Amino acid sequence: MNISDLDLIDTINALDNKQFSLNELTGAYSERIKKYNGELNAFISENEVVDGIPVGVKDVFCTAGLQTTAGSKILEGFIPPYNATVVERLLTKDVGVIGKTNCDEFAMGSSGENSGFGVSKNPWDKSKVSGGSSSGSVVAVAADLCVFSLGTDTGGSIRQPASLSGVVGLKPSYGRVSRYGVIPMASSLDCPGPITKSVRDARQVLQWISGPDGYDSNCFNSKLKDQSSKLENLKGLKIGVPKEYFGKGLNPEVESVIQGAIKKLAELGAKIIDISLPHTEYAIAAYYILMSSEVSSNLARFDGIRFGKTRDNFGMEVKRRIMLGTFSLSSGYYDDYFNKAAKVRTLIKKDFEEAFNPSTGGVDVIVGPVSPTTAWNIGEKISDPLAMYLSDIYTVPASLAGIPGISLPGGYANELPVGLQILAPYMREDLVLDVAEVYEQNTNWHKEKPRL
Amino acid sequence: MAQGEAKTLKYSPVIGLEIHVELNTKTKMFCRCLADYFAKKPNTHTCPVCLGLPGALPYINQEAINKCLLIGLALECQVSSESRFERKNYFYPDLPKGYQISQYRWPLCKNGKLKLSDGTIVNINRVHQEEDTGKLMHQGEDTVVDFNRSGVPLVEIVTEPDFTTSEAVREYAKSLQQLFRYLKVSNADMERGDMRLEANISLRPEGQTELPAYRVELKNINSFSFMVKAIEYEIKRQSEELEKGTKLTQQTRGWDDNKKVTYPQREKEEAHDYRYFPEPDLPEIMISMNQIDQIKSEMPELPLQAQKRLVEKLGITVSDAQILTENAEKLTYFEEAVELAIAEQVSPKQVANEILNRGVDIQKTSIIELVNSLVQRRSAVISDDETIRSWAKEAITENPQAVSDYKNGKTNAIMSLVGSVMRKSQGRADANIVKQLLEKLLYV
Repeated sequence: MNISDLDLIDTINALDNKQFSLNELTGAYSERIKKYNGELNAFISENEVVDGIPVGVKDVFCTAGLQTTAGSKILEGFIPPYNATVVERLLTKDVGVIGKTNCDEFAMGSSGENSGFGVSKNPWDKSKVSGGSSSGSVVAVAADLCVFSLGTDTGGSIRQPASLSGVVGLKPSYGRVSRYGVIPMASSLDCPGPITKSVRDARQVLQWISGPDGYDSNCFNSKLKDQSSKLENLKGLKIGVPKEYFGKGLNPEVESVIQGAIKKLAELGAKIIDISLPHTEYAIAAYYILMSSEVSSNLARFDGIRFGKTRDNFGMEVKRRIMLGTFSLSSGYYDDYFNKAAKVRTLIKKDFEEAFNPSTGGVDVIVGPVSPTTAWNIGEKISDPLAMYLSDIYTVPASLAGIPGISLPGGYANELPVGLQILAPYMREDLVLDVAEVYEQNTNWHKEKPRL
Repeated sequence: MAQGEAKTLKYSPVIGLEIHVELNTKTKMFCRCLADYFAKKPNTHTCPVCLGLPGALPYINQEAINKCLLIGLALECQVSSESRFERKNYFYPDLPKGYQISQYRWPLCKNGKLKLSDGTIVNINRVHQEEDTGKLMHQGEDTVVDFNRSGVPLVEIVTEPDFTTSEAVREYAKSLQQLFRYLKVSNADMERGDMRLEANISLRPEGQTELPAYRVELKNINSFSFMVKAIEYEIKRQSEELEKGTKLTQQTRGWDDNKKVTYPQREKEEAHDYRYFPEPDLPEIMISMNQIDQIKSEMPELPLQAQKRLVEKLGITVSDAQILTENAEKLTYFEEAVELAIAEQVSPKQVANEILNRGVDIQKTSIIELVNSLVQRRSAVISDDETIRSWAKEAITENPQAVSDYKNGKTNAIMSLVGSVMRKSQGRADANIVKQLLEKLLYV
């Protein structure tokens, strides 16, 4: 048995059955980090003492006593005095932080290339990007450098890299998981969530980390549905396929993988229904105004006075978004930009509400691609920020609506992973997970491992 | 003096007031640190939230919201069923997040009013909730920051530009201070900075109804009397400038009490664009009718209500009632003393008289001591009609002016006759009997 092949649930079982010790477990992963991290650059820093099931934590989560940089040079050397709620909760579940994973600077990016600490490489093809912003977190899971990892999804930063690197990434509903101690990008959109080797792992981690903590006023007490009930098949389930997610710009090979996955879902008993989410085309524009507005305010505290370094350590993308957001909020522009974008956000939310509305024959879940393409070459889009922004086109709408979504392995195009996205109504992670798990159990994509 | 000058002015002042008051909640506005920072060791009441550390989030203190609503309701505001916190973005070393959580487009309470003693209504634009900043301290060449005050709940009360005199501003500000203390929401101490005043003042030609195109903001003024002086100085300065044909512009000014002048602090060009937007870390604040009813039911008696009660139920004069209701402590002392006094057949008026005219220190004199001394003195009081009558006759012959005034309808003039009799009795005559007797004698 190869210890590092096991998913979280199997690892817990093996530990319970004393098939190996915790020391052997952490040793096996530490060994792999030593062997592969130099090349993959999944971790910014490694923990010297790992006392529990090894988790890789995106470097935006504050970890007491452990450097936390948010992928930015401005915070190099910053050691927080406190743990993020999510980290604190994992520590009570016999999980130990094995390292802080690489990410785009302040989670701003779709490729991992905006990290101040170098790009993380895609384990399936090291000349390709891993996706972002939770780049190191997906690479670490895909390459078995940890049992699972934590990421944050603001406009797709868990789902998109999970798709490009062939792992499971769950973006919970906004407010399902506390953001306390997570260095924010855009506060109204940030969703911490798990990146795992299997859907059942995502379910387990979500259960550990979700629920209000008394520190995040937007974290709601909405009980997760019974975790033991799982579907055998998808009989009677209505799955919506939005036509806007299959337009121009979707790579034909990716499209055929997704169509194949939809066919599989139909075989499993689901009723496939064509739907429309008419405001999808405005999502990216609205997102970049709202997100950058919040960014411009959230990053004001990095003034180089009390902690961190001076502001010339901010990267290009960060500066770009600070300027964009500052402009959108400026007196005289607020109504034309911020306010209008907020209205678009409401319309996008309504798109989903209508699509899911049971009284008008709405669907149970929505499926589609996560990313219009597979992983691209490192450096390919770095000088074209707009092309980079458009790679988030299928993930951003769910972020604006605050609904849960998952990316799970749905096949391969040109030997690169393609993620299948499943979206469900607000606070219905149970539906996302149930459908994903049935699909996973009836396919073998997740069993493939990259050759390192 | 100011009013005498105002008559010669071609311009009339337009003044609006902003009052900040720090709430006396147990913990801060958005974290669990103790809110009492006064004279505490610097940076000991702090946490990741009020230090603005990366990743820290605000969490609403309901006690502060309730106290803000209490102020709003006492000022007859409408409570917004939905309101929001918003971010006010600006850089200053005492503001660790780079923005202050405040309210702008969606305040908790709006459209209130307060009536001044002459009957004028001051319209209140808004009562909103925000957080205080840290405190800069200058030590020689260095400036250091104490974050103990960072995040302490602050309520801002903004009036419409309804004032035309400095005296009205003073009365309004003092009434609010009294209100805060009655509501027990703040110590409202000006010197400690619990309560801070800012005035916006400009002049317009008499008869003009639209607001002037400029306004001068008077800031960082920490006493009522400095504010009055600064406003009076500004009225004079601005009217002189306008007279000279100067075009006045938006400006922030402070008060220099040594030189007795206001001085410029910031010009319009340096004014901030605060880039307000809804605070994304906090949900909308929903206030239900039930909550409002609950807070209303907890509303203590307000100063004006108490005054009315003292006048109507206990027969106290309006001016005495005003003084007795200055603060809740004095009122409680008086009422407890009255309760005891009535049992001893001492009238509420006598108790009031004792407290107000004899300068009883209510901190040091117990209620029992007070009433006992009244009872003892009563035995020495001269209420013998004949003795008083002879003194009264003397007083009438000695004060022809007061007598004719009284007969011409100036009923107050009788008080100087009463005073005269009291002096003759060396204070031992019963003033009520004296007054009644004088009235009888003068009626003829």
